[in-house]
Amino acid sequence: MSTRDPWFELRRYTQARIGQGRAGCATPTAAQLEFQLAHAMARDAVHQPWQVEPFAEALTAKGWYPLQLATAINDRQHYLQRPDLGRCLDQTSRDSLQMLDLPASDVALIVTNGLSSTAVIEHGLALLTAVVAAYADCSLSIGPICLVPNARVAVADEIGRLLAAKVSVIIVGERPGLSAADSLGMYLTYAPQPGKTDAERNCLSNIRPPAGMDYHTAAAKLAYLTQQALNRQISGVGLKDEMGETALTGNSDLVIRI
Amino acid sequence: MYYSATVHGRQVRFADLRTLMAKASPKRAADELAGLAAESAVERAVAQQILADVPLRQFLEQPLIAPEHDEVSRLILERHDAAAFAPIASLSVGEFRDWLLADNSDLSAMANGLTPEMLAAVSKIMRNQDLIAVARRCRVITGFRNTLGLPGRLSTRLQPNHPTDDPRGIAASIIDGLLYGSGDAVIGINPATDNLGNVRRLLELLDEVIQRYHIPTQSCVLCHVTTAMELMHQGAPVDLVFQSIAGTEAANRSFGIDLALLGEAKAMAEALNRGEVGSHVMYFETGQGSALSANAHHGVDAQTCEARAYAVAREFSPLLVNSVVGFIGPEYLYDGKQIIRAGLEDHFCGKLLGLPMGCDICYTNHAEADQNDMDTLLTLLGVAGCNFIMGIPGADDVMLAYQSTSFHDALYLRQVLGLRPAPEFESWLNRMGVFDGANGLSDHSAKTPLLSRLSALIA
Repeated sequence: MSTRDPWFELRRYTQARIGQGRAGCATPTAAQLEFQLAHAMARDAVHQPWQVEPFAEALTAKGWYPLQLATAINDRQHYLQRPDLGRCLDQTSRDSLQMLDLPASDVALIVTNGLSSTAVIEHGLALLTAVVAAYADCSLSIGPICLVPNARVAVADEIGRLLAAKVSVIIVGERPGLSAADSLGMYLTYAPQPGKTDAERNCLSNIRPPAGMDYHTAAAKLAYLTQQALNRQISGVGLKDEMGETALTGNSDLVIRI
Repeated sequence: MYYSATVHGRQVRFADLRTLMAKASPKRAADELAGLAAESAVERAVAQQILADVPLRQFLEQPLIAPEHDEVSRLILERHDAAAFAPIASLSVGEFRDWLLADNSDLSAMANGLTPEMLAAVSKIMRNQDLIAVARRCRVITGFRNTLGLPGRLSTRLQPNHPTDDPRGIAASIIDGLLYGSGDAVIGINPATDNLGNVRRLLELLDEVIQRYHIPTQSCVLCHVTTAMELMHQGAPVDLVFQSIAGTEAANRSFGIDLALLGEAKAMAEALNRGEVGSHVMYFETGQGSALSANAHHGVDAQTCEARAYAVAREFSPLLVNSVVGFIGPEYLYDGKQIIRAGLEDHFCGKLLGLPMGCDICYTNHAEADQNDMDTLLTLLGVAGCNFIMGIPGADDVMLAYQSTSFHDALYLRQVLGLRPAPEFESWLNRMGVFDGANGLSDHSAKTPLLSRLSALIA
């Protein structure tokens, strides 16, 4: 009753829902129910909170100095409805950052669960490890790693400013899709301060090995963009990612799969 | 100038026209987030009554955003055509609604006499069926390698995105889409990164597919306009220039654009002269909430800001304008009901302003919506005469992580409403054996020679 698509085997080239076949004009029952289940899983991922304590302990065990900060968000529902509150720190966090009085660093590094706690739990530590190593390789200094549950990308502006960093980088759980509930993104902003616009940021997305971008490629691209941002004193649409694959040769892990 | 009315002995007062507009807006999360929404259902209903009495002329006399501070406001006023406006110049917002519903003439002659604010205002006092009934009388026809927007036609953007822009993965989705009859509006890829070399590779892939199989359609890689300009400068095969746009100068600045830049990009793309049946080279995307998201809404409600974005689009005679209605998330459109309403408003306002409106009928996984809501909006927009919708494998975009409409969904709409693809593309589908000559998929599509030929893309 349903018709199979003869190009079904092309599915090995993509996670997209191709070659599903059809029943009349509709998707066959099995494909339809599979979709429903995937949607249910994504819905659950959105509403899962981030237990930040174990994550901070893992960072401490690596010899790093995580700072736990907070926004004024109470819970996940509140987070979804009030992006404005997710863009700034609460007063306690703001005060504590101001009192730290640390020496200025090149990069302020921030981690938040964003719209997917699953992403930061699955990939956060490994990506951070790659990023810290990539910055060390090019002798860029980073400040304390700031962990901020339930934040939006723009919280990096305020934190970067308070830490007097030249560049802010935030690692954020991207919104779950049906095929991927565990994708991380990184946003880089030169001269961070509240009021920066999205056009002034560079973004790397879909960091989610093995299906998406791997940690080393992401970290190498980030380090490259950071150096470019520092040299040219700019970030965002004016700073194009012109890093060719040649810049990545010498390490087989770093070859972009084209 | 304030606006007030007395209801059941209680005076309700609104400080100015933009406050009145916001309070009269059907309930939505974006206006609540901005602190602009009506605080009660009665306040909203009273605001709608007062708004109905506002003369249309007042939107010309009292710009919601001062033209001295906003180039979009200046554009709207400078482009207003008094002669086209003359037949309705004496009407109030409420009378304009009655006029639109009573009349049955072609509304396209009216487009240049209308402003986004007039249409946003009247839409606020229209029901969903009103928005559909009036919009379906506006046909907006555009062309590049095929003709889009003709009566009885529905086109689709084939959106073959891939999380790492893998050319084989993208090609696999293109093959799937073409064999399901999708892709006449555009084959358009959202790149995972705006890297120049990457975008160029994707442009060359699309150009090769279209040239090799003589497909009467156009391609687009949805990179930033400045990336497209750089690539055109380098000689890359750019059919359409894409850009996200918004309804205020400040919001557009947050996207890294202004009117002059868009004009420059359009001129560059036109000079390439790649169109065959027409020369519309711009593809714009918009969405309610973008101005608020950029903190650039000037106290104007999300729907009115959205309608103002269409004035920006209109200036550049686009091939396609796409309201990506549920993409931005539940903080702007909370649930299926709000997404459906916004989709119909956007289509109505865009069409009456003379734009080739399509809709990315979509939602994210953090919104209170599901595929059933999309079925509803899909069907309503089909009835309303929407120019195009998205075609995504299984409605699941594996790169942008949201759900839209599938190739199957387009076939459903074609079947239940008798809507056909763009004529040049329909002939190609019939010639290739994908369609059966009667607006349906061929029973023998399995054996279409196109499949083995297309498979060469991946080998």
